[in-house]
Amino acid sequence: MSQTIEKIKPSYPLFRDEDYKESLTNKQLMFEEKVDQAKIDEVFEWTTSVEYKDLNFSREALTINPAKACQPLGAVLCSLGFENTLPYVHGSQGCVAYFRTYFNRHFKEPIACVSDSMIEDAAVFGGQKNMFDGLANAKALYKPDMIMVSTTCMAEVIGDDLNAFIGNAKKEGHIEQDLPVPFAHTPSFVGSHTTGWDNMFEGVIRYFTLNTMEGKEVGSNGKINIVPGFETYLGNYRVMHRYMQEMGVSYSLLCDPSEVLDTPADGKYRMYAGGTTQAEVKDAPNAVDTLLLQPWQLVKTRKFVEATWKHSTPNIDIPMGLGWTDAFLMKVSEITGKEIPASIEKERGRLVDMMTDSHAWLHGKKYALWGDADYLLGMVKFLLELGAEPRHIVCHHANKRWKKAMEKLLSESPYGKDCEVHVGADLWHMRSLVFTDKPDFMIGNSYGKFIERDTKYKGDEFQVPLIRIGFPIFDRHHLHRQTTLGYEGAMNILTTLVNAVLEQLDKETMGMGTTDYNYDLVR
Amino acid sequence: MALRQCAIYGKGGIGKSTTTQNLVAGLAEAGKKVMIVGCDPKADSTRLILHAKAQTTIMHLAAEAGSVEDLELEDVLKVGFKDIKCVESGGPEPGVGCAGRGVITAINFLEEEGAYEEDLDFVFYDVLGDVVCGGFAMPIRENKAQEIYIVVSGEMMAMYAANNISKGIVKYANSGGVRLAGLICNSRNTDREDELIEALAAKLGTQMIHFVPRDNVVQHAEIRRMTVIEYNPTSKQADEYRALAQKIIDNKKFIIPNPLSMDELEDLLMEFGIMEAEDESIVGQTAAEAGAAA
Repeated sequence: MSQTIEKIKPSYPLFRDEDYKESLTNKQLMFEEKVDQAKIDEVFEWTTSVEYKDLNFSREALTINPAKACQPLGAVLCSLGFENTLPYVHGSQGCVAYFRTYFNRHFKEPIACVSDSMIEDAAVFGGQKNMFDGLANAKALYKPDMIMVSTTCMAEVIGDDLNAFIGNAKKEGHIEQDLPVPFAHTPSFVGSHTTGWDNMFEGVIRYFTLNTMEGKEVGSNGKINIVPGFETYLGNYRVMHRYMQEMGVSYSLLCDPSEVLDTPADGKYRMYAGGTTQAEVKDAPNAVDTLLLQPWQLVKTRKFVEATWKHSTPNIDIPMGLGWTDAFLMKVSEITGKEIPASIEKERGRLVDMMTDSHAWLHGKKYALWGDADYLLGMVKFLLELGAEPRHIVCHHANKRWKKAMEKLLSESPYGKDCEVHVGADLWHMRSLVFTDKPDFMIGNSYGKFIERDTKYKGDEFQVPLIRIGFPIFDRHHLHRQTTLGYEGAMNILTTLVNAVLEQLDKETMGMGTTDYNYDLVR
Repeated sequence: MALRQCAIYGKGGIGKSTTTQNLVAGLAEAGKKVMIVGCDPKADSTRLILHAKAQTTIMHLAAEAGSVEDLELEDVLKVGFKDIKCVESGGPEPGVGCAGRGVITAINFLEEEGAYEEDLDFVFYDVLGDVVCGGFAMPIRENKAQEIYIVVSGEMMAMYAANNISKGIVKYANSGGVRLAGLICNSRNTDREDELIEALAAKLGTQMIHFVPRDNVVQHAEIRRMTVIEYNPTSKQADEYRALAQKIIDNKKFIIPNPLSMDELEDLLMEFGIMEAEDESIVGQTAAEAGAAA
């Protein structure tokens, strides 16, 4: 029709052309049994009501738009953080295609990850043969120094025993005895992507240290270990490196995919780049202590580090916002005896300056937010510090204990008193929440854009703009390179939040001679 | 004493659950701290200890609570006769779902909740029928049961099953520490039963750790949902179970079995007159043809 090779239009605006409009209308009328628009609108309005919200929250056996992903996805991200390491998923192939597309849509990078493609016969006889061939092929083709194995639901339902399979693969010579192959069982029907990250990380440290604890002594290498957890903001890895270096602290960042997920376009493809070395993992028990940046998700890791490495793994909060970054840096200083340098103090001062500059715009603004357990605590802490008011919080994968911790945090600030916390809820619940008690903004991943579209359909005055912070972010570029931790991260979040407020204000006051009373150049 | 973890396997209906509970009662009487983990959807592995019809299972409670993570150890762990700790994994009704996954979930749950960290001398896994899938092999994975006892009788199919289970053990023994620790003969009063099982044990490279004679007192106790040791401590059968318990306490013979080939097993059965020598000429012959031939 109207496409020409000189000027190819994408679906928008192409489908706005008259011929396409007519064609689409005919399709709906002739083949799709389109219901009367008035009926659609009536049902739509009903889904935005309080009555519907109550029905929605009594929903039991169905999840709509989950705000979490599955275990092996987390395991793969963990595996990407180690030097020359190939993530390997024992199970069905489609799952791995999903992990790869998910990550490469978010990071805009190719993601190396293999599957051993279990099919019908493997479901019946077990996947050992797939693993023999898979490990041998993966090693021969991609020449990793380490292969990290996680599992899909299929392998878990039939009960494949990774320990035995990997042992047998080595014994029978499919791979060399000394090729490190840490593993973790990561059934998707339990927990979430953060559980998978925790399981996989525990698998690695178990593999390299459990049987070699002899001669290890806490504090003998003078370092501290930092465990990031499921972390998709590459700036957060970089800011940790920078802070430790500026403080003169000797450290190991255990798991760091910030290189392989941000490789330069210089004509050379890097399947592996950067990452924590095996030597660092082996040496980790000798550290003074281990700091878990996302303690709510690192349950198994904490257990292992405390029981086997005998580290105290102090209880800290995610270093987000002002207060918790202070607490984190002071804890590092306390453990290592190193002073917090002037450069970081200055950075803190700049953050405080920014907070005072912007607080008038953020004060009293209401937010609905969702995401991972630790991130949400950090984000809420910072919002409260800014005088902003969290209104609805949805954490799909968190437990009741977390809910209590969140409620305690909210109760400590006057800005937290009107907030509701929902665990085990999904984004369809969130949709009901923003319709029935409208916040000023939503903070979440890309999936929130559909909620924003729905709120706009009800009317411009109901529209709740989405601020994209979280994972995954598919529909904006390069946000994954930013920082959300430390003072640097707080500056970045603050900038995003306050400019969202100003942009919204501009949008609302752009009516010439109608709403432009204070259409100020200076805000 | 280090924790010893034992798994009991054997043909369905051979008396695994009854033998396990009676023997565990013997261990408890000897002052040992024991936990039984029932790995069978029927959930009848702990009824004699708890005097209950069937213990509420981990999977049942998890289904009610929404997920396994919502459970606490005390919800699923019951204490019965002589402080024996009892857990049932549970699972689906026949024809739906996956019982093997139920076993995996239950054992992982127990591990995470620290059930094994308590002061225990023995854990017994009472496992359904044969090793049929990865789930039912869960109790013999690395860091789980190291000793396997097979309950067997002098019947042909029971011995077939014992031999098949040995094949399963070999697979796991090669990659881990699991070992065959002995055959427990639960007598069916067949001819020369003890000699037969001794002979089978010798061929597998293991031992017949005890010969448990048939005695109606077991049924009498069972009707009352009790072990023999509790129901009638002075009976002769109670002493048999005590003897079995003591032999398990003292057991040092842990081996990787040498499963028999089909021919070897059949030869053994023929030697003891359980099976007739095969007559190739009658294979596939109907009764009418046989009549005509005669």
